[in-house]
Amino acid sequence: MKKIVVGMGTCGLSAGAQAVKDRLAALAETHPEAATVGITGCIGMCYREPLVEIREGDVRVIYGGVDPRRAEEIFQRHVLDGEILEEHVIWMRDANGVESGSEMDFLRHQRRIVLRNCGCIDPESIAEYEATGGYEALRKALLEMTPEEIVAEVKASGLRGRGGAGFPTGLKWSFAASQPGPVKYVVCNADEGDPGAFMDRSVLEGDPHSVLEGMIVCSRAIGAHAGYIYCRAEYPLAIRRLQIALEAARERGYLGKDILGSGHAFDVKIKQGAGAFVCGEETALFASIEGERGMPRIRPPFPAEKGLWRKPTNNNNVETYANIPWILTNGAKAYAAFGTEKSRGTKVFALAGKVVRGGLAEVPMGMPIRDLVFQVGGGIKEGRAFKAVQMGGPSGGCIPASLGDTTVDFESIPATGAIMGSGGMVVLDDATCMVEIARFFLDFTQAESCGKCTFCRIGTLRMLEILERITRGEGKPEDLDTLRTLAARIKEASLCGLGQTAPNPVLTTMRYFLDEYEAHIYDKKCPAKSCIALVDFVIDPARCTGCTLCAKQCPVGAISGKPKEVHVIDPAVCVRCGKCLSSCNFGAIYKA
Amino acid sequence: MASDEPFGYRLWRYDGAPGELIPLLQSAQDHFGYIPRRAIQHIAGVTGIPESSVYGVITFYNQFRLQPMGKHVIRTCVGTACHVSGSRMLIDAIQDELGIEVGGTTRDGLFTLFTVACLGCCSLAPVMMVNNETHGRLTPASVRRILRGIRRAEERGAAERGARPTP
Ligand SMILES: Cc1cc2nc3c(=O)[nH]c(=O)nc-3n(C[C@H](O)[C@H](O)[C@H](O)COP(=O)(O)O)c2cc1C
Repeated sequence: MKKIVVGMGTCGLSAGAQAVKDRLAALAETHPEAATVGITGCIGMCYREPLVEIREGDVRVIYGGVDPRRAEEIFQRHVLDGEILEEHVIWMRDANGVESGSEMDFLRHQRRIVLRNCGCIDPESIAEYEATGGYEALRKALLEMTPEEIVAEVKASGLRGRGGAGFPTGLKWSFAASQPGPVKYVVCNADEGDPGAFMDRSVLEGDPHSVLEGMIVCSRAIGAHAGYIYCRAEYPLAIRRLQIALEAARERGYLGKDILGSGHAFDVKIKQGAGAFVCGEETALFASIEGERGMPRIRPPFPAEKGLWRKPTNNNNVETYANIPWILTNGAKAYAAFGTEKSRGTKVFALAGKVVRGGLAEVPMGMPIRDLVFQVGGGIKEGRAFKAVQMGGPSGGCIPASLGDTTVDFESIPATGAIMGSGGMVVLDDATCMVEIARFFLDFTQAESCGKCTFCRIGTLRMLEILERITRGEGKPEDLDTLRTLAARIKEASLCGLGQTAPNPVLTTMRYFLDEYEAHIYDKKCPAKSCIALVDFVIDPARCTGCTLCAKQCPVGAISGKPKEVHVIDPAVCVRCGKCLSSCNFGAIYKA
Repeated sequence: MASDEPFGYRLWRYDGAPGELIPLLQSAQDHFGYIPRRAIQHIAGVTGIPESSVYGVITFYNQFRLQPMGKHVIRTCVGTACHVSGSRMLIDAIQDELGIEVGGTTRDGLFTLFTVACLGCCSLAPVMMVNNETHGRLTPASVRRILRGIRRAEERGAAERGARPTP
């Protein structure tokens, strides 16, 4: 009897996994003796979705890029006839434990603790989670350990918060634990607002119980009886799987009035975010749960003292909680064996942008950025040059390829001016303009500033206006100094991390790519040929079919040519609106 | 999700617990497709929160709409990965094809165009969602094809019903 497993995370579904699963389920129905069909979350190889795995005993074979027709072929030949379709296998492990497949490198350099179950178990089945040792850590925490011992174990593991700031988790728990009760809260931050980051979503979709178990352990450690998961509304599948997980956990007695007979009571509610980036900041998140505009509050008092509803609160990120069960089960020592001296354990990264293998990878802390991009990520798309990585989203910065030996940990990354952030790593190639990237992030933070602090509200707008001018070719020499001054003021005069870090993308690009700013300002050139106001649009005669569409679109009549003949753009007339580029059906127009 | 839960039911079930304003607004929007004025008045009446504060919460969060949306809602992703893969060009093409700006609705009520910060399908960039369907690895040309396909299907449907598409 074989088991067919279809990857049904958001990435799989958007690549067409539902149709594949329906096809396989229909086939399995006609051959009930041959196989059963199940689902799993994202294994991280988003770039090869939809994925289908065939398991038999210890043998695992994963096929990538499966459509319903290929699924049928896999069913016929592999499931029924026992033949492996070598050419479509992206990863497999044979009966002797030997691994092979075209995407073996992607998994080989990883160390999966947080993602231990993602892509392996059915996230909608609590029994599958239990079969991998799930809820053993909770049993141990409730029945064999005192709250102090739990906190001590988490401290000893060296785990630091994965939500961005890297605060030591055990220490944070001890603050909340030392507060007087009886009302305290455990909050899980699943707002994941950084554009380009999807680690938390994948964990919630692929292994919701691990997060839940971490939260329940925390509730015991700090003495809380109510918890909230604040999840962004853009993640409907994560919310649904969390709801299923909560119900199953209640049924099994992992949540409720007397958990596992220990006398400890705890339950969890899900709150949906409503689309505001700043609500990822913990004090704004509390305001949002309370039903208000999500604006940050002044600290102190810190959340451990007065958090949600002004009660002692412990807030951690999704990934932070997902580490907890593994730490209790395997011991703090085993966890601390991974990573660097000050950054223990592993970190999940969402690799995206111009990298060949875009997806999720969990690696030990301390891996050089270059290895992450080339060994795990497979290098740069279309063989172009590696220019930089953007880490930490809108609060982070760009680290140039020349610093590719920088290791990913909470000490080395901030030394470059970027931040670890929550794990979004967007890889940039030589066709990316760094001034434009800085403008892009500032546009985001400017729009997401809640408006409470003047410098964050207005200072970011002034910076954005300057960057827009520079990318339009209207930059002035004094702009660079003005940007630096504004950046310093905004950092100084903002209440929360949003404003304190908003200038980072600008500052890091100015630090490492000042020549690009200067080329825009003094030479009116965009070296990456990205800013459309500073390039010439050219028609490739080899591709132009003379369809006349671009000439019709051009608002100033800069394009000439007879129907069915190659067209030309007159750069002296062209206003660089880019309409021709987006209208061409043959990819014949390029920027030079 | 709250969509299968009628708005009235939510209101009726409201037990005065603090912090329920956002869930109430979410279910109103699920129910009406946007938050109509009478829903604001109603929610304010039931919760005792002033209408001005309800309005303040609505305008703070990106999710809430005060205007009805078109029949087909387009959400183009402008996350980092999509941005570096050319999402700006997609938006230009959509705006040009439909004659609307981001946030706008076509006059026939067929399409509304939004941008979203990140759909989390970064490896399929650039991406857009039309209603609940995700389309990946797009080009300006393929975006136009998708939109024209929807428009043609609508026109065929309207012709079969013997009427013009109604907003
Ligand atoms: C503007 C802003 C956005 C944030 N967004 C998130 C987020 O989406 N997810 C998250 O876990 N933490 C986010 N944080 C960090 C939280 O405030 C908080 O530090 C974190 O949730 C603590 O969890 P940890 O100790 O497990 O890292 C954000 C902070 C700021 C200033």
